Amino acid sequence: MSIAETSARSPAVLEAHAIRKSFGALEVLKGVDLALGRGEVVGLIGPSGSGKSTLIRCLNMLEMPTGGEVVFRGKRIGRKFRDADGATGIGTLRRHVGMVFQHFNLFPHKTVIQNVIEGPVIVCGTPKGEAEAHAMELLSQVGLAEKRDAFPSHLSGGQKQRVAIARALAMKPEVLLLDEVTSALDPELVGEVLSVIRRLADEGMTMAIVTHEMAFAADVADRILFLDGGRIVVEGTPDQTIRNPANERLAAFVSRFNH
Amino acid sequence: MYRWDFNVLWQYWDLFMYGLWLTVVYTFGSILFGVLIGAVTCAARLSGWKVLSLLARAYQEIFRCSPLLVQLLWFYYAFPLLVGVTIDNRVAAMLTLSLYVGAFYAEIFRGGILSIDKGQREAAAAIGMNPWQSMRRIVMPQAFKRMLPAFINQSVIQFKNTSLVSVISVADLAYMAAVVNGQTYRPLESYTVMAALYIAVLFPLTQVADWIERRMRASD
Repeated sequence: MSIAETSARSPAVLEAHAIRKSFGALEVLKGVDLALGRGEVVGLIGPSGSGKSTLIRCLNMLEMPTGGEVVFRGKRIGRKFRDADGATGIGTLRRHVGMVFQHFNLFPHKTVIQNVIEGPVIVCGTPKGEAEAHAMELLSQVGLAEKRDAFPSHLSGGQKQRVAIARALAMKPEVLLLDEVTSALDPELVGEVLSVIRRLADEGMTMAIVTHEMAFAADVADRILFLDGGRIVVEGTPDQTIRNPANERLAAFVSRFNH
Repeated sequence: MYRWDFNVLWQYWDLFMYGLWLTVVYTFGSILFGVLIGAVTCAARLSGWKVLSLLARAYQEIFRCSPLLVQLLWFYYAFPLLVGVTIDNRVAAMLTLSLYVGAFYAEIFRGGILSIDKGQREAAAAIGMNPWQSMRRIVMPQAFKRMLPAFINQSVIQFKNTSLVSVISVADLAYMAAVVNGQTYRPLESYTVMAALYIAVLFPLTQVADWIERRMRASD
């Protein structure tokens, strides 16, 4: 399936238009465009400092872009937490766009199930019983139902990250942003997290994945974006990019991960 | 050889007790007001509002960088001249103690909040929490645990600091010991009883503080 067909079939749910981001004098993103089609999985790859994490963090406004616009379901995202002046609020955006972090960021003072129901109960006002039932479903899906009352400090890295995924899914997100979710894991724990993501992709979850796992990105993503120096340098299917890189910089980058 | 005689003090026992009572009242009163002042000051410093934050900082530095004794004298003798109203010594004492401890509490609160990893706030934001929900549900419960030992420690110091209000004639325990000494000419006994009463109250408190600190460390 070509890129054109993909985007024609599924209208973009989350878009970035000419996103710029500077930290002081340093411009990390120099005008990046990106559109995530419904059900699409996009892999963002590139050397460290290329801006891929900053880009994904701009998509849910954890970083405020210094230029350009984020558009969700066809509506511009404003600067305010609430919906205002015809723009969708940041709070609304984040209710529908989940994120999983490199360092898990589980709430250490809450148990596994409390971590998972926190968003639905506090943000969405879901009744606790209902939220817990849904949370147990999600914990079963990530294979951690028996850990429901454990505190995060008693879990392995891989288990923590699976709880973090369940916590994001508990909000029933339309898009999931994954920011180097396996980079902080011991090598033997990477697989269990990747298989959860793999299954989400198979179920049609829309995802943007920042990763250094080239083989995984090639396997799971519909489309790969290669960022370098704050710009998207190459865009294409895994075959056109990771497996058969034509671009010189991409080829050099990919060859470092001899998969 | 000096002959100890505590018997002469018995008739003044109610003075000691009244003094101790006032010491407790000033300590806990100033802790209560200090927590409120500290919380407001901490919020001002973290507000991101430059002017507000600067004012809060100025208040903190003035009270942290001058001795409490000097502050008491200033608020009782100098401040009334400045504003043209006489201030009751008890009011001056409570005001000064509260402002003094509030400056330290603000720093303890601020340190506790800033010690929480920013990933916690990001995770809260990522599930759609507003800044207030994130502060109340995620940051504060964790920060509270971290600030507790320092908070208790500062409060124990506050109990001891309260003895300074005697210089502006507030009849606390230290003041009453001086009164009893004046009546009996028994400084050794009067001041020993005073010291023993301070220790009798503070020793259990420091033990509790140590116990809490150990428990906090164990659960980290």
